[in-house]
Amino acid sequence: MMHTSITHPIGDFVRSISPFPELAFGVNLLLSIIAICAVAIGTAPILIYMERKVCAAIQCRLGPMRLGYRGTLQTIADVLKLLFKEVYAPAGADKFIFYLAPMLSLTAPFLALTMIPFDYNLQVVNLSIGIPFIIAVNAFGILGMLIGGWASNNKYSLLGSLRSGAQMISYEISFALILVFIVMVSGSASLMEITQSQSGGLFQWWIFKIPGLGFIAFILFFISSTAELNRAPFDIAEAEQELTGGYHTEYNGTAFAMFYLAEYINIVLASSIGVTCFLGGYLPPLLGIESVDSLLIKIPGFIWFAAKVLFMIWAYMVVRWTFVRPRVDQLMAFEWKFLLPLNLLVLILGALYISFIGF
Amino acid sequence: MKQNKSSSTFINYWSQYAKRCITGPISLLKGLSVTLGYFFNPKSVVTEQYPENKKTLKMHDRYRGRLELIEDKEGENLCTACKLCEKACPNASINILTTKNIAGKMVLGRYLYHLASCTQCALCVEACPFGAIQMNPEFEFSHQNKDVFEMVLNQKEGRF
Repeated sequence: MMHTSITHPIGDFVRSISPFPELAFGVNLLLSIIAICAVAIGTAPILIYMERKVCAAIQCRLGPMRLGYRGTLQTIADVLKLLFKEVYAPAGADKFIFYLAPMLSLTAPFLALTMIPFDYNLQVVNLSIGIPFIIAVNAFGILGMLIGGWASNNKYSLLGSLRSGAQMISYEISFALILVFIVMVSGSASLMEITQSQSGGLFQWWIFKIPGLGFIAFILFFISSTAELNRAPFDIAEAEQELTGGYHTEYNGTAFAMFYLAEYINIVLASSIGVTCFLGGYLPPLLGIESVDSLLIKIPGFIWFAAKVLFMIWAYMVVRWTFVRPRVDQLMAFEWKFLLPLNLLVLILGALYISFIGF
Repeated sequence: MKQNKSSSTFINYWSQYAKRCITGPISLLKGLSVTLGYFFNPKSVVTEQYPENKKTLKMHDRYRGRLELIEDKEGENLCTACKLCEKACPNASINILTTKNIAGKMVLGRYLYHLASCTQCALCVEACPFGAIQMNPEFEFSHQNKDVFEMVLNQKEGRF
């Protein structure tokens, strides 16, 4: 939340009243943690409500309509139900690892959210290795799933976790390669600098800046991040129509809620990365027309960011409720025979574009 | 031909691969056009908000509610008490009690219908040679007293 270059009213206030000026650092830390938690946990119920409404609209239904105005309180009721349930582990489960797994799964998106620039001054840390950090931290989520299935003392959970682990590790390669493409064209791995490299209007965004190639890269990012999120059409791990629940079969109550929450924060995270890398982050879509641009520039950056993220999430949802699920072998063939070669081709073409045509 | 086999399968594989690269996205876009059409068209919603729209709710034409005897305004019906519906009923939900008119001919006395055991299969409607009965769109059957479900469908005795 706090950029080091600006004087911060809350930080100044803490420094003035406290006997120890070093306390301001602690307050900053606390505020950052609270802000990230508020963003992550606050969006999850909204996303669940949105998911229900979007899927209902696609399937010619209305979705939740009874509780609150058009069913707005339904999600809160569901969350309360989950929180008040008894938490227990199956007999013979490795209790410590069993309860560690959902926490690990939940930690990963929180850590990665600290890298996201929500606005020019609204970023927890501006690491120069932001993209590698996100790729590294994302693996925590896979670790949580794997040990969650392992510790459940249930062979079906174990199989489910191994299926999803294999899928996510495979798709992480193309996910990382597409981010490498962005790092290559923008010349920086810091998410703030990637956003800044797209300033100057709608057609300076990376999706449009390199003709054709940027759009293909965006589509590839979208596919690999859908698989990375374990969402349909790539939700092999918990294919609701065919399997019980994959790795989280044995989880209930709060532990299950944590896996569920991690899933939805991961959607926010993937959309944020996509928006930052391809859709100009918090920058307004300036069209080059003076009268319109002067209006667009008045809207604060975090609103543009939220709007773009919501659009990305909507696209994920439409894709989820439209496309059919591939088999496991089709999924792997798609990744290793189609997506990865195409990713490498896009990387090579991008490199050629930079060296021979340039921007 | 035999020595060309490996090269022809190679070409075959790659032509299949290229074909799938084109047909795959097209079929995905077709699916998206359907779902996006539903998403942006609020009229496509088929859900009925039942207790709220009780006044305006219209059942579909082919909905099978309870059985009724087609009667005109004076209560005259077309039933001849041939008992074909009674025989067609798989669980004996229909009982035809006959009587004799002045001419001594057997006519319909009472058309007894047991709604509680009826499964709305409409076999009786298909069996009726005179088109005297039909399934009406009524569906609110809940009642505290089960005697309500023993119905007499005809208001008057039959003429034929």
